Amino acid sequence: MAQLTYRDAVAAGIAQEMRRDTSVVMIGEDIAAAGGVFKTTVGLLDEFGDKRVRDTPISEQAILGATMGAAMTGLRPIAEIMFSDFFAVCWDFVANEISKTRYMTDGQVNLPLVIKSGNGGGARFGAQHSQAVENWAMAIPGIKVVAPSMPGDVKGMMAAAIRDPDPVLFFESKSLYATKGEVPEGEHVVELGKAAVLKSGTDVTICALALMVPRALKAAEILEKEHGISATVIDVRSLVPLDTQTILAETEKTGRLVTVEENPRLCGWGAEIASIVAEEMFWSLDGPIVRVTTPHIPLAAADNLEDAQLPSPARIIDQVRRLVD
Amino acid sequence: MDTSSTQTAAAAQPRGSLTPELRLKLYRKMYECRVLEKRAYDLFMQNMIKGTSHLALGQEAVAAGFGMAMRSDDYTYCTYRGHNHTFVRGVPMSKILGELMGTTAGLMRGKGGSMHLTSVEHGAMGSYAIIGAHLCIATGAAWSAQYRGTEQAAVCFFGDGTTNIGAFHEALNLAVVWKLPVVFVCENNLYMEYTAIHEVTAVEHPAADRASAYGLESVLIDGNDVDVVYKTALRALDVARRGGGPSLIEAKTYRHGGHSRADPGKYRPDEEVKEWLAKDPIPMYRERLLELDIPIAELEKIEEETNVLIDEAVEIAKSAPPPDLSLAESDVWADGGSAWRN
Repeated sequence: MAQLTYRDAVAAGIAQEMRRDTSVVMIGEDIAAAGGVFKTTVGLLDEFGDKRVRDTPISEQAILGATMGAAMTGLRPIAEIMFSDFFAVCWDFVANEISKTRYMTDGQVNLPLVIKSGNGGGARFGAQHSQAVENWAMAIPGIKVVAPSMPGDVKGMMAAAIRDPDPVLFFESKSLYATKGEVPEGEHVVELGKAAVLKSGTDVTICALALMVPRALKAAEILEKEHGISATVIDVRSLVPLDTQTILAETEKTGRLVTVEENPRLCGWGAEIASIVAEEMFWSLDGPIVRVTTPHIPLAAADNLEDAQLPSPARIIDQVRRLVD
Repeated sequence: MDTSSTQTAAAAQPRGSLTPELRLKLYRKMYECRVLEKRAYDLFMQNMIKGTSHLALGQEAVAAGFGMAMRSDDYTYCTYRGHNHTFVRGVPMSKILGELMGTTAGLMRGKGGSMHLTSVEHGAMGSYAIIGAHLCIATGAAWSAQYRGTEQAAVCFFGDGTTNIGAFHEALNLAVVWKLPVVFVCENNLYMEYTAIHEVTAVEHPAADRASAYGLESVLIDGNDVDVVYKTALRALDVARRGGGPSLIEAKTYRHGGHSRADPGKYRPDEEVKEWLAKDPIPMYRERLLELDIPIAELEKIEEETNVLIDEAVEIAKSAPPPDLSLAESDVWADGGSAWRN
């Protein structure tokens, strides 16, 4: 096991697959010579050359279109959309083209591609460079949506996403890029569509994603030490496919469910989970399902404002205590 | 379509040489396109085809000229006005009509419809219904061909209206920067939808006048002259295969009908319609072939054969059963299913 940062784990996952399969190629803005604005592709140009790792102009539609065209003609391309907010200028390719072409063509067209993107807040970038947009993607049938929280999963899920025969949106949490964790050095692949139970408890089950995972873990630690509340923490990791079996089973054990979402309130992924749990195991619940989210507002840039907006360990603790006490 | 024999015939002659044999093939393709779409129109009127349709009656020379010039492993990307572009790659008429009618005889067994005709086995990589996107997607197919070193080319057809959307410019720029084997073909039929293109465009020739912005040659051709289209296509495909990068071709043409099924096209001046009907590519070419001493019997044979072909195709398309309901939830994913949870 090596200790790698989240950002180095991104490059490690891509490099592992590029070594294994020459049809894997990558394009994006500043991803080759500069190694990516978030330094998630450092070393790829040197190792794999400029035929396989290519800088593009600031043309998000051309980036996603080229990725789709390449995928349907025999390559396994990876595209980077630098900030996930920029999906708004190329959403046609996600919402109309990449997601629907296999279906519309009765399975004639294969689209084994990955779109990776820096997602989420906490970096003081303001409202147009901080959004957690996984819900946008989750609402569209035909694309897989993943958002790992730990470097080991970043490498393994990137590898799985590249090998996947379907299009995968791979959301990287910008505020986690500098965090470190254990990453297996040899070939490492983590199956998509499986949630991870990071901590087992008896009183409440907390579902979190990406940046919210370390915050949920921190909250669980304090809840146990200071308030005598024992929490299960699930890293959802994959929104599509969604591991509802793990979520249902872990909620069954505690009788209470809290989701912790970085996204603004309306139509967040937690609402879908809440709906499934309410419909399928209502009579096993000991209390209402609680969603902790960013309020339904854009994010601000100032330290104290953004901190107050995003769900914090303190807010999670407060909500859990109200539910359990 | 037997593209390989066309290529062989063309190769034996000086480049771009139009033998009588080739000219008859061009005539046949155009004639088949015309008959196919006229029948599609009739079937709409009989309510046997639902939804919408965007016919290219009057624009057949572009599809036919390119279709005959392309190699069988080249890629076609076209728009919702793409019946002909798909057909000329060798797709049987019954599969196109079946898709329009929503029966299992269709290319996609009714899952796509008129605006999304696709036949990957024929290199018809899709008909795209959101303006602009497929220029970027064709660029990607060309990138893939370049990376794989196959000397394939991608041909991307679009209308004049597309030249005013951002994706057009993003695709052209990237294709030039990466020197990709893609041929962009603007079919300028003078109307974006209901609005004349000159009323909403900064330049006179919506594609050709933009070429210089990307360091490309400005190519403006008579899109109703199938000989000209064929020769232009051959040249652009040759450049693409030799690593010379993309081309942008503006083919001036005219659609005989409105934008779509719902549009009678009344906004067009009578004089203009009359003038363009006189330049109908099919009778025009028929006359030329007769002047070149091609026996009329040869042309009549093509016409009779096509009329039999279309009746057979309608019968096959019509008599096929509707899709099984299980298809509604099939092929969202590569495993054939649509599951989003376990």
